Amino acid sequence: MSKLTPTPGQTVGPFYGYALPFTKDNELLAPGSPGSIRLQGTVYDGAGETIPDAILEIWQPDAHGNVVQRTGSLVRDGYTFTGWGRASVGNSGVFTFTTVNPGTTPAIPGKPAAAPFISVAVFARGLMNRLFTRIYLPENEEALAADPLLSSLEPERRKTLIARRDADGGLTWDLRLQGKDETVFLDFEHVEGTSK
Amino acid sequence: MLLDANAGHHQDDELVPAAEPHAGHAPLDTAVETQADLSAEMKAIGEAYARALKDGAEPETQPRLDFAPYRSSILRHPTKSLHHADPETIELFSPAFGHQDVHALEADLTIQHNGEPQGERIIVQGKVLDGDGRPVAGQLVEIWQANAAGRYIHKRDQHPAPLDPNFTGVGRCITGPDGSYRFSTIKPGAYPWKNHLNAWRPAHIHFSLFGTDFTQRIVTQMYFPGDQLFPLDPIYQSIVDQDARDRLVATYDHELTSPEWALGYNWDIVLTGSKRTWTENEAYGDAADEE
Repeated sequence: MSKLTPTPGQTVGPFYGYALPFTKDNELLAPGSPGSIRLQGTVYDGAGETIPDAILEIWQPDAHGNVVQRTGSLVRDGYTFTGWGRASVGNSGVFTFTTVNPGTTPAIPGKPAAAPFISVAVFARGLMNRLFTRIYLPENEEALAADPLLSSLEPERRKTLIARRDADGGLTWDLRLQGKDETVFLDFEHVEGTSK
Repeated sequence: MLLDANAGHHQDDELVPAAEPHAGHAPLDTAVETQADLSAEMKAIGEAYARALKDGAEPETQPRLDFAPYRSSILRHPTKSLHHADPETIELFSPAFGHQDVHALEADLTIQHNGEPQGERIIVQGKVLDGDGRPVAGQLVEIWQANAAGRYIHKRDQHPAPLDPNFTGVGRCITGPDGSYRFSTIKPGAYPWKNHLNAWRPAHIHFSLFGTDFTQRIVTQMYFPGDQLFPLDPIYQSIVDQDARDRLVATYDHELTSPEWALGYNWDIVLTGSKRTWTENEAYGDAADEE
């Protein structure tokens, strides 16, 4: 098959706030339901200032490590875990999701197992194209040490992808678009000259 | 949700009080930069890119994350290289959307209120394909845009152009089996912004797209052919390659134009290629189907 050149991305701009958010967008589970946790964090720019106009999406397996392929993310029934959610940061740069700890997804034969993680897509005014990153759970040092992505990173950079466990069982993970402790962002394409 | 795009907890974004007359034209900062300043910067970047191409560099296909003429990007772009990673597990799949999520009428932005919106009625139609040319079927497409006067229903939009009580500017649809999407809407107006003095965005519609893998997720903007603002706009120019820029410009399609009703524009969207192999389908796809 012929390989087509991908359409370029563009910034989400400042005016997505009346279009992309929807009711319960950040509630993959109803808050307070059994097994639910809060995932929260703050988005910072290169000057260390919080960013009020960013929007994040998470996509993750369920607590048992299953990839869920169920519809109903946009009109949630309150019971179905779809694995995907969207959260706008507030005026203070903070985002919040209600979700579950992602389970360990079975290893593909012949490939090293990845430690459990949540996939993240980041959009913001002033960010020319979306960015991808991951949120790993802080537990199970052995799995983290064996993880193909984490083990390819310097320790200082690696820690930007690992959430902190909160006293209430939730997760805190901050996102830094630039500067000291800049979050590791991922390039899944092999083609040079893209997403520079 | 269908007829009231502002339902739920984002009600505060609706019904922006009209800005003070000429608020958008209030004197800007004394150290204001002009279009000439910005155009000179963009020209220098374009010339450097042309030299690189001549020296054998690969053509760029995406916007530069580091593109200083868009001033808000200066502190918001990663300074370290993106880390190359092989997509794993969840990244090789996308969330599933369906007709539970989106009503068919959400693809018509001209019928969301009691009256007809002001402006030039248009049809925007095309296909979502992956990098191998395969249609992306049954996936979510979201759009948002300014009204015909160049005003968004958003509290941060202070442009003193009229709101249209019959136009919200938000649409959604699910792609067909052949990857096709189709929206009926109003041609958006150009609007001023405060990147520099006399900065105007070319008319555009924001698009949000999912593929079969989460790694294919993109948000972008569709433009209209022949816009005189293209060379002046730092957001469009953040894509330095002309062929790549052209991929964001719709084609006027008279075959698609509906007699005595609406002008037709065609725009196909190509996502990156799927990285999923049959082993991952075996390992996760089947399990997922049993959910």
